[in-house]
This record gives sequence, structure tokens and C-alpha cells, in this order.
Amino acid sequence: MRTTCVVNATGVDIEHEAGETLLSVLRARLGLTGAKLSCDMQVCGVCTVLVDDLPVSSCTLLFADCAGGRIRTVEGLAADGKLHPVQKAFLSYNAFQCGYCTPGQIMTCVALLEHGTHFTYEQVTEYLSGTLCRCTGYLPIRAAAEAARSTAATTSGEK
Amino acid sequence: MTSRLVGNRMARIDGLSKVTGSATYVGDLVIPGTCEGIVVRSPYPHAVISSLELDRARAVPGVLAIIGYADLPGPDHYYGHVVPDHPILADGKVRYAGEPVVAIAANDGVSAMQAARQVEVRYEELPFVDRVEDAADGDVLVHDRPGNVCAQSVTGWSDVDAAMSTADVVVEGEYRYPNTYAYAMEPYIAVASFSGGTLTVWSSAQHPFVVRTTLARCFGLPLSRVRVAAPLVGGGYGSKSFTKIEPLAAALTLTIGRPVRLALSIEESVLTTRGDGAITRLRTGFTADGHIVARDATVLLDTGAYAESSPGVAEKASRRLGGPYRIPALRVDSSAIYTNTPPASSLRGFGAPQVVWASEQQMNVAAEQLGLDQFEIRLRNLVRPGEAHIPGYRPMDADLGGDLELLRDGLAWDSPCRPGRARGIALSVSDAGYIPVSTAEIHLNSDGSATVYSGSVEMGQGSATVIAQVVGEELGLTMDQIDVLQGDTGTVPFETSTGASRTTTLAGAALVQACEDTKEQLRVFACEAFGLEMSEVIGDCGGIRAGDKRYLWADIIRAWFGGDRGAVIGRGYVRQAGVFAQLPPFWEVGCVGVEVSLDAQTGVVRIEHLVTVGDVGKAINPDLVEGQDLGAAVMGLGMAVYEELVFADGELLNGNIVDYRVPRASDINKFTSRIAERADGTGPYGVKGSGEGALNPVAPAIASALTKLTGRRHCRAPLSPVQIWRDLYQLDG
Repeated sequence: MRTTCVVNATGVDIEHEAGETLLSVLRARLGLTGAKLSCDMQVCGVCTVLVDDLPVSSCTLLFADCAGGRIRTVEGLAADGKLHPVQKAFLSYNAFQCGYCTPGQIMTCVALLEHGTHFTYEQVTEYLSGTLCRCTGYLPIRAAAEAARSTAATTSGEK
Repeated sequence: MTSRLVGNRMARIDGLSKVTGSATYVGDLVIPGTCEGIVVRSPYPHAVISSLELDRARAVPGVLAIIGYADLPGPDHYYGHVVPDHPILADGKVRYAGEPVVAIAANDGVSAMQAARQVEVRYEELPFVDRVEDAADGDVLVHDRPGNVCAQSVTGWSDVDAAMSTADVVVEGEYRYPNTYAYAMEPYIAVASFSGGTLTVWSSAQHPFVVRTTLARCFGLPLSRVRVAAPLVGGGYGSKSFTKIEPLAAALTLTIGRPVRLALSIEESVLTTRGDGAITRLRTGFTADGHIVARDATVLLDTGAYAESSPGVAEKASRRLGGPYRIPALRVDSSAIYTNTPPASSLRGFGAPQVVWASEQQMNVAAEQLGLDQFEIRLRNLVRPGEAHIPGYRPMDADLGGDLELLRDGLAWDSPCRPGRARGIALSVSDAGYIPVSTAEIHLNSDGSATVYSGSVEMGQGSATVIAQVVGEELGLTMDQIDVLQGDTGTVPFETSTGASRTTTLAGAALVQACEDTKEQLRVFACEAFGLEMSEVIGDCGGIRAGDKRYLWADIIRAWFGGDRGAVIGRGYVRQAGVFAQLPPFWEVGCVGVEVSLDAQTGVVRIEHLVTVGDVGKAINPDLVEGQDLGAAVMGLGMAVYEELVFADGELLNGNIVDYRVPRASDINKFTSRIAERADGTGPYGVKGSGEGALNPVAPAIASALTKLTGRRHCRAPLSPVQIWRDLYQLDG
């Protein structure tokens, strides 16, 4: 079957198997290998991408169900050769080690930035708890998320 | 000269690729013609394979090969770096539920799965044993080894019974440490390609050179015709040490002559390698003023169906149990016991977490009974720097008293705890470093930039960055001028392994040698090219000086070779000689304190404050040391409070992300890192390794803190809510 949607601001029209997941299409058909496969049951968050600005587990979302949607992956974050504030914060705070969960963590944090500017520290922690990391012990990721939120708050101007 | 790079929080050189999604792991590789592999596994923990019917499966469209043990190519179907008892596919008998029986290669994953369903295996079930205490009785044998003993190691001296009889206080207990899983976020994966007489395997592997040796032996190839490449590893922690699924993938490609990708699911990965659980029975005798007179322990390690690293784990456990103390009489009898469960192999800590769980709790119990605080009892027993706590081994290199002072301060030990909270500490030393054999190679290019070749692997610990910092420091280069290539036996020089916290110390030593070799050659070339006398050559940053003239490396290389051609190749060799003659290469310290809270109604334990002291000799990159200490400690928290592989009737019940609970972001809040740099290590700049130490003391520190709140001992990990209830109400008989 064919599905049409937008991936990282580019229109795509893909021939795919009916049962193919968003993760599989991103990785195998579009060459966007940032999102990774881990638990394969929408629990660990390593496959997180944004669909219509919301974080989803791409391992258990059918690509067919993304018809007409706007998909964003880690590869689409940098603009005009400049890293996204979340990416910069991850570098500054060493919020990664092996890097396998990092694209999922970053996309989760991007969603946090876009939806959770009003979140308390505890709410941010809860939000981030859905994306697992076995390397860092999490605190650098939280620090990066907070830093990116602060930067966004101070540079976004008042709404 | 002040350090430009070493000692500084340089940005990780793998950072940009990891935050932009361009970092390449084995699963991201595209190798043309690759087909999919799949494994059919035993549903039974112990059984004879009475028949194997593969014809129906072979008839499935898209199937390229189906192999059982009898179809394996090559002269040797067994692997195992200590005891080669691990068949690539089950050899007529299965010894754990989940053991690979048949391997299939097909054009695509769906065909492979359909073929897997058509494989007909008939089993005759055998009695099985899935608990280590039952296995030790020896009534049901996994292999033909009495008492199911895979390996036994005894460390000790003097007459323990006589010494124990002089004790004023004897602390006694039985401690249980769980079977655990490393849970790397990246599952096991290998792509194998046999082409033109050369076998190439890309694998998420920590020790590519070990895997190369295994594959060469199993498939009858010279080392030169086997290439094992580990690009980035998505989490190792020891679970990707030595050989895993590479022989399976290799067997398939050798059968069909096309590249085969074998990508395990998480559930299959849990069935591939785990960490040893342990039962430790320990008695420690103390004088009234808190001095140890004797320690007497037996340790049973649940090592699963095959030997893997178990002989080493048993040995290390026997040496790591006693602690860094003066112990007049010691006996640690440590056995690795086979069970019909997935094989245990290396896992962070390597025997130390299992036994320190017992021995450090007993230090704190004695402290309480004798009216000493947890620091004081340790200070009274600590060996001093230069004092050997195990005869025949390297004397203690670390100032542990100094580390405890840092811990006490970081934990605010002397300030009152909030109500409902309590603090505990623990200390460990591990004979780390594994085997001190390492090589390194540097190519200094004609523009003065350096390409560094190391057999180490980047699995998140930051080895690539440390390597660049060391080479940049020694050759006077900036980080931008350096590229580090790792982990591909086809292009980089030999490295024993990446694990045992060894890379910075041992690979670092080889790299410094390679830098010296490079500079020596450049001095000679400078004399030849510019007509200098060696006596007038003085080292300078990034070059040399002679008289009032300065020559950069690039100037020298171009002058000596001509044009922009040529490169200077420097090499370094490390072996067990000189500064590394005595084992271990260094002692890895674990020094951890926690402040915990306990919800007595729900049994939920929380770490409210975690403090680690990294005694690393020199923090080449403090960010990376802190990262290792926090990461290791949180993994230790997982194994102390949340994690346990649960077996029933020989079957693993919770081998998935939902039922095996690893730590989450909400589990850790306040962290204090202290780093001690006393340049007391054998590595460059006095460095010692890091990466495992901070895990070992976490569980006993937590348990000792909880005891202050509950008044009970907590001898069984993990300290899950159910276990806390059992301890509070003394439900365990």
C-alpha cells in the first residue's frame, strides 16, 4: 500500500507493507536511522519520534496510520547547519554515553520544550521517565532538558 | 608544562554524531545482499533432542539455509574463552530454555519466521535444576561435573577457625544476590559475510580480537582471514564481552555465501547472557575494638548452562570478598555452579557486587554492635597505601582513608538526617584491568594531523575521547587535529579487550608509547631533513626546536618524504612487564554513600542522595569519570532494589522490559561526585581505571542504611517492596 505524509518537512509518498511500522519505514526505506529499535513494545522510548508534534513510540505505530501526518525525527532538528537547542544542551551536559537512546531522549525533550514550558521539575522528571537510559544515570539528561527549557523561555520572547 | 587537554572537560568527539542521529551502530549498516537470520530456541530447560526435521522448513519460499548442530561448518563447534563448552547450536542436548537449536537464513524476516515455525524438533525432557542451591547438591547434572561445579577458587591464609575462636563479636549471615541482566538498550546484533575467502563480522562486541580468535578456531581460518568490526556499541557493561552470536551468524554466511544479519530481540538478548546470582555464607570475627580477626566465606555463583566467564568470576569473587582490610585469617571458597538457565558471563563488577553485598554489610553490622560508626570501623581495618591485603598481589595503590574522608564530607555524614531517612556507606576494591596486553598505532599525517588506531571499543564510556586527549597532549595537537579509529580488527592493532575498567590505563599506556615512538622518529627525520645535530634538538609543543628555529611535525614530515606525501607511523606495545609486571595493573576503588528513605507501608526504597568517590589517580576527563561513577551507581541501584531475573520450572518469567524493571529518571535525584587524583596509578599521568567501582558498594550501602530505619537485616537483594515486607515481618524462614 501507499502512504503519503511529511517527514522532516519533506513530503514523502511511500510504497510499504501494510503491517510495516513507522520505525521500519524511517530506518529501512527513508534511511533515517537515528530512531532505534530496542524493546519493540512501546515501553522504553528509544524509538521516540514526533508525529504532529506529539512523541510516539514508532516501533508500534503503523506507518499507514501516519497518513497525512507531520513526522519529525532527530535528523530534522538542526536548521541551516545550526543545532537545535536540545541538541546543544545534550552536548553541553554530556547527556549521552553510548548514544543508543539519545535520539529518543532528544525527541522526548523537544516535545517537552514545545508542550511543557509550564511543567514543574517533578513533572519534567515524570515526563522523562518514559524514555530509558542504561548508561548515564539520567541526571545529565535532566540537566540538559532543564537548560534547553530555560534557553527557550528566555529567548522565545513573551507569549 | 600545564596540561592543555588531559585533565580538562573536553567535549566528547562522538558527541555530534550521537545527537544528530548519524552515529552508526551495527543495525544501521547497509551491506548489499544481506539476508535475515533467525534462531529457533529450546522451550525446555533440559532435554535430549531426539529428532530434528528441517525439510518442511526448508521448503518455505525465501529460505536460503537451515542448520542444526550436524550442519555446522568448520572444525570446532564449541566456543568459550576459559572452558570451550558452549556449542554454537545445541549438540543433541539442550541445557537451558532459550538455547539456540536451529539457525535459519532467509531473504526477509517474514520468510525466516515462517520457516522457524515449520522446524520440527522433538525433545525428551530431562530432569532440570534452576536453583543454584539445588544444583550444588548434584542430584541433577547439567554437564558431567560432580556437584555441577564449573569452577572453584579458594583465596585465603592462616587458620581461620583458630582465629575466629578469638573473636569478641562474630557477625554471621547468608546473603542472596539476584540473577541480573545488563539490559543494554541495543540488543545483540551481528552481520556476517563470507566473501573471497575472508569472513567479516560486524558485531556489537566489546572484544573484537577475542571474537576473531574464536571464529578463526571454530571455522578453521587463519586470523588474517577473519575480520571482526565493532562500530559503536549501544551499551555493553560486560554483557557484550567475549563471544556471543557471532559464530551463529558466521555459520549461516559460510553456508550460503551471502551476508546474513542476525538481530536478536530484547527477549532473546536476555536469554543470551546474564550476570551471576550468588548465595554467600559469611562469618566475620571482630575484636571488641573493631579489628577483623577472621573472615570465612563460601560463595555459590549461579553460572547457568555454560562456563563463559564463570571461572574468572569465581576467582575474582574470592579475591574481592574480603575487602581492603588487614585480615589475619581468611578463607573464601567460591564456586561457580552450573544450572539449567541462560549462561552467566561478564557483567559490571564481575563477582564484586555479589560478595561485597555480604561483606560490607557485615562491617556495618559489627560497627553497630561495637558502637563504632561505619567510617571508623573501616579506618581501623584499612590497609595503607603500599600495604598488600592479598599476599602476592600488587600492594594497595589507593589512599582509601582519604577516599573515605571525601565520602564523609560529600554525604554530610556528620549533619543530622531528616526524619525517615538514614545513611549508609560501603567500600570495595577490585583487582581490575584483566590482562595487561595492549598495542596502539598512530599515523602522523603530512599536515600534522594524527590518525589514531586503537583496538578498544567505544561503548559510551568515552574511550575515543580519552584516546584523543592523551594523544593530543603528548603530540601537542588540538582535538580537531585528531581522528580515532577503533574496534575493527581489519584496520586497528591488537587490543585484549574493552572491559575490566582497563582502557584508559592500559590502552592509554600503549598510546603514550606510540606517541614517544612517533616523536623519536620525527627527531631523527628532522636531523636528516634539516641537517641538525640531535644534541641541539629540543621538544616543543607540536614540533621541535633547534637553536632559534621551530619545526612543526608537518614541516618535518614533508621535508623528509617530499611534497605532501608520507606519514610517520608510531607504535606502542604493552605487556605484563615493567610497571605492569605485578597484577593487578591497579586496584579499582568503589566508595559509595547513600541517604535513603523507606515507605514502610509500600516497601518502596528511594535513594535521596547518592555520593560516589572516584579514586582514579588522574581524571583525564572529569566529565567522563563522573559519567561512569553515576552510571555505574545507578546500575547498582537497579540491582540493589529493582532487578531480578525470575525463573520458575526452568523458564525465565520476566525477560522483557515490562517485567524486568531497570532504573528510570524518577529514581535518582541528588548526586554528589567527588574525584580523588593522587597520581598513584600505573597508567599515564598516574591514572587508574573507572567504570565498575561505583556499582559494587551501592547495594550494601542501601541495605545498611535501611537497617537503621527498620531494625532488621536485609540480606536478600533486590530490596523490592515485597522483599522489604518479608524482612520487616521476618517472613523468610
